[in-house]
Amino acid sequence: MCPETQDRENTMFTTLRWSALGVATAAAMSLAGVAAADGHAKLKVGLITTLTGGGAGIGADIRDGFMLAMKQGGEGIEVVVEDDQRKPDIAVQLADKMIQSEKVDILTGIIWSNLALAVVPSTTAQGKFYLSPNAGPTQLAGRGCHENYFNVAWQNDNLHEAAGAHANTAGFKNAFILAPNYPAGQDALKGFKRMYEGELAGELYTKLGQTDYAAEIAQIRASGADGIFFFLPGGMGISFLKQYADSGIDLPVVGPAFSFDQGILQAVGDAALGVQNTSQWSKDIDNATNKAFVADFAAAYGRLPSLYASQSFDTANLIISAAAKADVKDQDAFRDALRAADFNSTRGDFKFGNNQHPIQDIYVREVIKEGDIFTNKIIGTGLTDHQDVYAADCKL
Amino acid sequence: MSTILLIEQILNGLQFGVMLFLMAAGLTLIFGVMGLINLAHGALYMVGAFAAASMAAWSGSFTLALIAALVAAAMFGALIELTVIRRLYKRDHLDQVLATFALILVFSEATRWVFGSFPLFLDMPDALSGTVMLPGGIEYSKYRLTIIIIGLLVALGLFLLIARTRVGMRIRAGENDREMIGALGVDISILYTMVFALGAALAGLSGALVGAIQSVEVGMGEPVLILAFVVIVIGGIGSIKGALAGAILVGLTDTLGRTLLPVLFSTFMDASAATTIGSALASMLIYILMAGVLIFKPTGLFGSA
Repeated sequence: MCPETQDRENTMFTTLRWSALGVATAAAMSLAGVAAADGHAKLKVGLITTLTGGGAGIGADIRDGFMLAMKQGGEGIEVVVEDDQRKPDIAVQLADKMIQSEKVDILTGIIWSNLALAVVPSTTAQGKFYLSPNAGPTQLAGRGCHENYFNVAWQNDNLHEAAGAHANTAGFKNAFILAPNYPAGQDALKGFKRMYEGELAGELYTKLGQTDYAAEIAQIRASGADGIFFFLPGGMGISFLKQYADSGIDLPVVGPAFSFDQGILQAVGDAALGVQNTSQWSKDIDNATNKAFVADFAAAYGRLPSLYASQSFDTANLIISAAAKADVKDQDAFRDALRAADFNSTRGDFKFGNNQHPIQDIYVREVIKEGDIFTNKIIGTGLTDHQDVYAADCKL
Repeated sequence: MSTILLIEQILNGLQFGVMLFLMAAGLTLIFGVMGLINLAHGALYMVGAFAAASMAAWSGSFTLALIAALVAAAMFGALIELTVIRRLYKRDHLDQVLATFALILVFSEATRWVFGSFPLFLDMPDALSGTVMLPGGIEYSKYRLTIIIIGLLVALGLFLLIARTRVGMRIRAGENDREMIGALGVDISILYTMVFALGAALAGLSGALVGAIQSVEVGMGEPVLILAFVVIVIGGIGSIKGALAGAILVGLTDTLGRTLLPVLFSTFMDASAATTIGSALASMLIYILMAGVLIFKPTGLFGSA
């Protein structure tokens, strides 16, 4: 665990930063929003996510998806929202504050694996539940699994494993792969290589938050690769795709859904058209829950939902289903109710494996243009009923 | 590694350096003339990118977008100089850092209010997209080549402005002795606003140029700001020449480090470990460079003692 990874580059400012930190924290605290406070809540949920700075779009989707479900069925559940600014130290402070002074029963909302690794172990150690709507680091799926930690999205490797399997189908023989150098990035390349059968023309780790990929693209050009796999979530993906499209290299690209989610596709524009990506969710999955979710989300917020929104929507509905069955004060009963996963998921069938990570289908999607809007369409299934490999190491 | 790849990486490093120079030039001018640490410089970079993206979406013209970026950043620069920054010149650096940090938060939140949390679309003009064949068989992005040229032209323009014009003379005088130039009857407050707006405009230009190949989103300025500070510390605070040298040095070190270190490590360890360790070390390289420069030249390459 190394909660300081992202702030390494700020070392020269340490003294300046400490004085500024007070301001930052004060600003973050004031952003706290409280919903569904009707006197006596039977369950209190703390949602910590990234609402300012880079990655704020993902945080907005996580929050809005969660709140949509709560609005539809979360009577008696109180939600406290805080902004972690994508900084591990702030996420830890917020988690402690929520547990100790807000007295929440469940924490959720964190997007980034390095933040989750800083927050989850101390949350479960304090006897609270943590339900992850996004990050699924390896460390928490295998030997580090915990009875109070549930992952409603995926284990980090999953989407990349599907991309690896799809790369075989697409006929990649000599792939170039790259990802940022942080826990989820390492999981990504590991996951891809687990399923991919061809050779590697090159393997690269980039800096987290890097926005210029000229050096990497030059290496791709020189490597003689016949295909590219990349995992660069959020703004990093936008930068990479735009620069790649401009580079004149014309190789097929596959990746996980994170660089092709609804929130960033419009900013990438034509550069993303036709790219195949893997996801456990898509807006055209054909079931009643998903259709209603897509329509309600669009009506409530005026934009299409992303996979992040679907994950937090599912997380909220899982909490609602468990709260209907058991009182959170009776931890064993509540845990069993969570494990049963007795809710209507936007993904259709939803079940947990022994390590409390999902077992699910992962689809292959293609970026298309519907009218003026760039979006995704399912073109096949990458992996069926897929479970992560770390489950075997988990003692639960 | 082939020579062609190496030359292409050197060009990439140069382009990165030139872009850093646009940021660092404003920062170093403001520090040199007014003695002010301006953390809000990254916010002006963001303002430039957002102004360009809005103008491009509205008019469809990239030239107009660049002009919008320059004007918007200069305007906001002048505005914050008149309302906030002006009160900080006599305060110590800690107060300046606090106030300009607050400005970052204000700008970020305001931008998020107006444009939302999702990244905006800004594309390069058609005429500059695609690649061009350079002598020696190097295929290089036209747009990046344009950034290098624009950056070098701006650098030349700044040198001429500072070395050859009356305004430049006042700026140099202001750097040397702030009180004396006031006593000689130069209206120092107008000079300060002008310098600040000039620095802001350069940051805005750089934001707009880079926005077309990266993502235009809230918070895009802060990572660049930190690099720009590294540049001016290496180059010597207050020196434009130092900012140019520092920026190119940082650009080349970062780009070449990212490419060469993993290759170097793979000669004596297995490929996967080499990439991990190589890229981890590469991300520290510019800070190691900074530490190295400061050991031998504590005031930076072109800094005056």
